[in-house]
Amino acid sequence: MKLRVEVVAVDSLMVRLFDVIDEANMPWMLAARQRLQAAFGGRLVDLVPSYTTLMVQFDLLQMSPTEARSCIEQALADVQPDNGGAGRRHEIPVWYDPSVGPELALLAQRSGKSLAEVIRLHSEREYQVFALGFAPGFAFMGLVDECLAAPRLATPRKRVAAGSVGIAERQTAAYPAVSPGGWNLIGRTPSALFDRDRDGYSLLQPGDRVRFVPVDHGTFMRLGGDDTPLEAQV
Amino acid sequence: MSRLIIEASTPLCLLQDAGRFGMRHLGVTQGGALDWVSMRWANWLLGNAVDAPVVEITLGGFSLIAEQDACLALAGADLDARLDGQPLTPWRSFMMRKGQRLRFNQPLSGARAYLAAPAGFVAPLVLGSCACVVREGLGGLDGFGTPLVEGEYLTYTGVAPGLREVSVQQRPDLRSNAPLDMVLGAQIGSFSGQSLFDAFNAAWVLDRRADRMGIRLLGPALQYQGEPMISEGIPLGAVQVPPDGQPIVLLNDRQTIGGYPRLGALTPLALARLAQCVPGNVVTFRPVLQVQAYEQQVAFLRQFESMPVARCGAGQP
Repeated sequence: MKLRVEVVAVDSLMVRLFDVIDEANMPWMLAARQRLQAAFGGRLVDLVPSYTTLMVQFDLLQMSPTEARSCIEQALADVQPDNGGAGRRHEIPVWYDPSVGPELALLAQRSGKSLAEVIRLHSEREYQVFALGFAPGFAFMGLVDECLAAPRLATPRKRVAAGSVGIAERQTAAYPAVSPGGWNLIGRTPSALFDRDRDGYSLLQPGDRVRFVPVDHGTFMRLGGDDTPLEAQV
Repeated sequence: MSRLIIEASTPLCLLQDAGRFGMRHLGVTQGGALDWVSMRWANWLLGNAVDAPVVEITLGGFSLIAEQDACLALAGADLDARLDGQPLTPWRSFMMRKGQRLRFNQPLSGARAYLAAPAGFVAPLVLGSCACVVREGLGGLDGFGTPLVEGEYLTYTGVAPGLREVSVQQRPDLRSNAPLDMVLGAQIGSFSGQSLFDAFNAAWVLDRRADRMGIRLLGPALQYQGEPMISEGIPLGAVQVPPDGQPIVLLNDRQTIGGYPRLGALTPLALARLAQCVPGNVVTFRPVLQVQAYEQQVAFLRQFESMPVARCGAGQP
């Protein structure tokens, strides 16, 4: 880890910890985030973690940019990776089916595998949540098996159903709500990924570990899933 | 409780406050009034907390009828507001009698008007704010991100102080063509020399592709020569440059993280001015140091703290 602090806005500094995406970054990222939260306390407006960075927005009426910078440097001077604090584990049910996962066949074709093999490859790994972004509760997870890696759709869909599970490059994610989207869709989960009445709101948080569990249509429906095919949802 | 009934509205008429904070790590955007300076003045006119809920009216098409006598306040753009047909200019509080109609017709100067009510309009707090973010389904009168619609009631519970106005000297100049201040970001050194010259010398034209997420600017194509970036947090006002070289200024409803290189970020005061521009307007940028921008911003915020507090008085309905 090599710490750099960069100016990004009048009230924001970027804390850069790494230069490449790596699952091994996470214990450092979690520890640094905790240190910063403690050091800034009520002077922190927002702390936005991503793959290799933590963006700190501070309250200008309580501290100057110079003070914020030295606060960051002091807080992270002797930071150690937080190996014990690894996030929660989740099992997320997914109904993998071409009717709700229109790119399932495409990924099978690209990789030369059967549909069943694609499903097995996607569901056997435990993924790490790297960051949340794009939409409330949208968790960027990885890394998926190399043979499933696929570029985003050339033309994003105007409408992707809530719960849709997709792949882009070597990352995977589930759409918490209906939205536009360009990921390759392979299935759908009945799980609520963002719930305003839940403590913490988002099911997934950076550092959490996720495994997707294949379920059949009946189980998907029993868990509250909506099986309306994508094309039929207007 | 006092009520106003909405007689006409558009998808661009939204309940807003200062925005949603402490939630961006969940992918939840900030939201909030784009011209936060005018929102503050509208609230100041009524002695409200500076970030009490207001209605952000973009371009017009909004109309209300008072169910009781009301004292309201208007700041920001001049949208050809009429009170029973009589012109009503912004930067003042005003009396609206029972049954009177307040209508916003079309932009005469600026783009966004802010309407405030005593103690703020009543709305549920969702994740700490009533800021209406349609894309995320958060905030607004129903709490689910729905813009204001015809037939709904706006309510408030406060009592207004006497009528007042913002002095001419203190009103923001919505027609100013002074450059917009930008705090330079870390990738600034990875743009070509010509691009840096262009960024701060070209006249940038506001594109029609503009919303509460961001405003595209048209001008010389800027060239980023650095490494591809890994997605990272996006501050308010970030000026990002996608591969086509045409910058986008990211606003309150922006995505929380993103991977396009950035020239820097506009200052909050520059953003308030940009929020009053319409497609076809021309803007220029001026680089400023973070410390300069900090001093300017703090001086501006302190000004509100040092002004006399409004007292209930003659204008009370």
